[in-house]
Amino acid sequence: MRPEHIRDAIAIITIDDAAYPARLRAIFDPPSPLYVRGELRPADESAVAIVGARRATEYGKAVAEHLAGELVRHGMTVVSGMARGIDAAAHRGALAAGGRTIAVLGCGPDVVYPPEHSGLMREIIGQGAVMSEFAAGTEPRPGQFPRRNRIISGLSLGVVVVEGRLDSGALITADAALEQGREVFAVPGRITDPTAGAPHRLVQQGAKLVCSVGDILEELQLPALARPAPEGPPLEGIEALVLAQMDVTPQHVDQLAQRCGRPVAVVSAALTALECKGRVAACPGARYSRRDVTTMMDR
Amino acid sequence: MLAKVRSAAVQGLDAYPIDVEVDVGGGLPAFAIVGLPDTAVQEAKERVRAAIRNSNYEVPARKITVNLAPADVRKEGPAFDLPMAVGILAATEQIRARLDGTVLLGELSLDGGVRPVTGVLSIALAARALGLRGLIVPRDNAAEAALVGELDIYPAASLGEVLRHLEGEAVLSPVRVVPESTDAPELDVDFSEVKGQEQARRAMEIAAAGGHNILMVGPPGAGKTMLARRLPTILPPLSWAEAIDVTRIASVAGTLPPGSSVIRARPFRSPHHTTSAAAMTGGGPLPRPGEVSLAHHGVLFLDELPEFHRDVLEVLRQPLEDGVVTVARVQSTATFPARFMLVAAMNPCPCGHFGDTGRECLCSPAQVARYLTRVSGPLLDRIDLHIEVPRVTTADLTGGSPAEHSTEIRARVMRAREVQRERFEGVIVCNAAMSPKQTRRFCRPDDDGRAFLRAAIERLSLSARAHDRALRLARTIADLDGSAAITATQLAEAVQYRAFDRPLRLLG
Repeated sequence: MRPEHIRDAIAIITIDDAAYPARLRAIFDPPSPLYVRGELRPADESAVAIVGARRATEYGKAVAEHLAGELVRHGMTVVSGMARGIDAAAHRGALAAGGRTIAVLGCGPDVVYPPEHSGLMREIIGQGAVMSEFAAGTEPRPGQFPRRNRIISGLSLGVVVVEGRLDSGALITADAALEQGREVFAVPGRITDPTAGAPHRLVQQGAKLVCSVGDILEELQLPALARPAPEGPPLEGIEALVLAQMDVTPQHVDQLAQRCGRPVAVVSAALTALECKGRVAACPGARYSRRDVTTMMDR
Repeated sequence: MLAKVRSAAVQGLDAYPIDVEVDVGGGLPAFAIVGLPDTAVQEAKERVRAAIRNSNYEVPARKITVNLAPADVRKEGPAFDLPMAVGILAATEQIRARLDGTVLLGELSLDGGVRPVTGVLSIALAARALGLRGLIVPRDNAAEAALVGELDIYPAASLGEVLRHLEGEAVLSPVRVVPESTDAPELDVDFSEVKGQEQARRAMEIAAAGGHNILMVGPPGAGKTMLARRLPTILPPLSWAEAIDVTRIASVAGTLPPGSSVIRARPFRSPHHTTSAAAMTGGGPLPRPGEVSLAHHGVLFLDELPEFHRDVLEVLRQPLEDGVVTVARVQSTATFPARFMLVAAMNPCPCGHFGDTGRECLCSPAQVARYLTRVSGPLLDRIDLHIEVPRVTTADLTGGSPAEHSTEIRARVMRAREVQRERFEGVIVCNAAMSPKQTRRFCRPDDDGRAFLRAAIERLSLSARAHDRALRLARTIADLDGSAAITATQLAEAVQYRAFDRPLRLLG
C-alpha cells in the first residue's frame, strides 16, 4: 500500500515548547518531539479519550458517537486513535456535534491509516488536530500502536472504553491511564458479546460503569448541562410506527415489516423517508438502526 | 449414374438448402465427400456403408463421389447421413424414387436406424419459405418440425422405412400439426416455497413486472438461488411466437429433449462461474447459440457474479443492450437473439458473512471494498435492482404466515405488463427498456415525489444516474399499484432497491 504523503504544515513541538500539552508533559515517558497537524488549543486540556474495538458492533459505534457528541457539548475535546470502529465513531460524533477532536496516530502524521479514513483525517485536522510521535512517512507497524496508546490517555482526564475483546488494545490504553493517574470508564455490553470482554473486565477491576455522559462528568466533577429539546418535527403515521419498533441494533427490513405488521413495500418506503430525515441509519445487509441514542438512553 | 437429394443445414439460427449430389461411376472403389465437410461429415462414409448393408441393400464396389452443394460453405454434423445413403441407392438404381420436393435429414446408426439431429425446427421453417412441402426427419424430431404448419412431416425410424416410402409404399404417415395452445405448463417450483425473504420476494415481483435485471447480495444459504429459480414462474407465460423462438434456439443448440415439441416454460439458465466467454455468447467454427441465447425470453442466472472472468462479464454487454449477440468467427458470423432477464447473486465479501447477523465476517474493510468493486460499472449500470438478502432465521422457516403462490404474483405482474404495453404502444415492451428520453417522458413524479427526490439526492447523496434508475423502478412500482403519477412513497421504496448506489451502506 502506498501511503498518501501530504507534507504540508506539520508542526514539530518539543517538550520545552509552551504549546506542548501540559497534561502529556506530566506522564512518565512523554514523547518528544510531537508532530502535529492542525491546531492545539489550551481548551484541549479538558479532554476525554474514547477508545475501543476496531470490529465493533452497531451498538458500540452508536454509543461512542453519542458519548463523543455529548462530551463535546459539555466543552470537552474527544481524543482517540482514528482506528476503524469505535475510534472512528468517536471522532465522527465529535465532528458532527461541531466540537474538537484529536487523533493520535501510530504512524507518521502524514500517513493515512487505515486508508479509508483519508476524509475523516482531513476533517479532524480542520476541527482539531492529528498528532504522532513518529516522523512524517513512518509506516504503521504493529509495535507502534501500544506506544501511541499512552499518548491517548496522557492527553486526557479519563479514558472511556466502549467495546473490546479481552486481547484488545483498549486494555493497554486503560492500563496506561491508571499508571498516569487518569480515570477509567467502561461502557457495558451484553455478557454474550465477545466485544464486551474488555469493558466488563475493567468494571470488575474498579472502572466506572458508564450509562450516560453524566456518569463521566460526575467522576470528573464537572456540571452536566440541561438536555436540549429533541430535534426535528414529530413523526406521524407509518414513519412513527416503524421508528417505534427500532433500536440501535440494526434490523433487517423484513424483520421490521413483521414487527410492524405492515407490507415490506410500505416499511421500505418509510425507512428511506426516515433516512432522509436523518432519524435512522442504513447498515450493511439491508438493516436499519435508530440514530437518536439520546432518547434511547433516557428511557 | 447421378442422383440428387435435397437436404438442409443451419447457419446461425437460419437454415439454407443443400443439395446432396451423389455420383457412382467407374474407377477404383472409393468413397469421397467434397464440399467442405467436417470430421462428422467425413465419418458418414462408415455409417452410411454399414447402414446400407444392414438394411439389406448393397454398397457398390465403384467410385462414389458425394458433393454437398453449395460447395463453398463448411458443413458439419451427421444430418447428411440419410440423404447420402438415399442418394447412393438412387444413383445405383437400387430404388426408384422421385426425390425432388422432399427434404431429407437424419443421422444413421450402423444398423440402419435413424437418429435425431439438431436444428430441425429452423430447417422446417426454411423449407416452408422455399415452398418445399415434404420433410423426412428422424422420428424424435418430428414433433418439433410439425410446429411449422403447411408441411408434410414424415417421421422416420429407419433407412429401410424411408426407402420404401420413397418408392411409393406410403409406410410413413405425416405427423398431425399440433394446435397452437397457450396453456401454461405445469411448474415444478413455486414462490410459496420461499419462506421469509419478504423484501426479496417483493423485489422479484417488481423485477418481473418491469423486466428489470436484478442483483442479490447476501451470505451463503440466504436462498438467492432459490429465489432466482422461481422468477420464471411469475413471469407471463411465453406467447406462441416466443415459444417458437425458444424451441428453435434449443433445437439448434441441441438442448431440446428428443421427441419433444414446443417448449412452453420460460428458460432458466445458470452457467457456472468457470464458463468461458465463448460458451456464454455461443461459438464454434460454425457458431452455435451460447448461454445468453439459450436464456432468450427467460432468465440468465449468474451465481457468484464476482467470480466470473472479466471477459465473460464483458461479453454480456451487447446482449444486455441490444437483445442480440453477434458471434464473429473466421469462417462465419452469426447473430443470435439474446433477450433475457439477468439475475445475479453474490456474497457481500470474500468470506460471505459481511453484514450477516449469524456469523462473524473475517474480512478487512479493504477486502470487502475490493470484492464489491469487482462487479464493474458498465455491467452494474444495466442492473436496475440490487438488494441485500439476509440469512433466513429458523423462525422464518418453521413459522410465519403462508407465503403467496406464484400464480397470484404472476397475475399482478401481468396486469402491470398490460399497463406498460398500452403506454409504450409496441415501441418497447417493458419499463426496463426505456431510453433516457422515454424515462423523462413517462416517469413524472408528483409534487411530493419531486420534493422527496430532492431530499434524497441531498441527504442520501444519490448520483444523477441513480436518480434516473430510481425513477424507472418507481414507474414499475406505480404500474403494480395501478397509479398514473409516481408518488413519494413509490420513489422511497425504489431507492431501497439500489444498494450499490449507496456504497457506504454496503461497507458500513
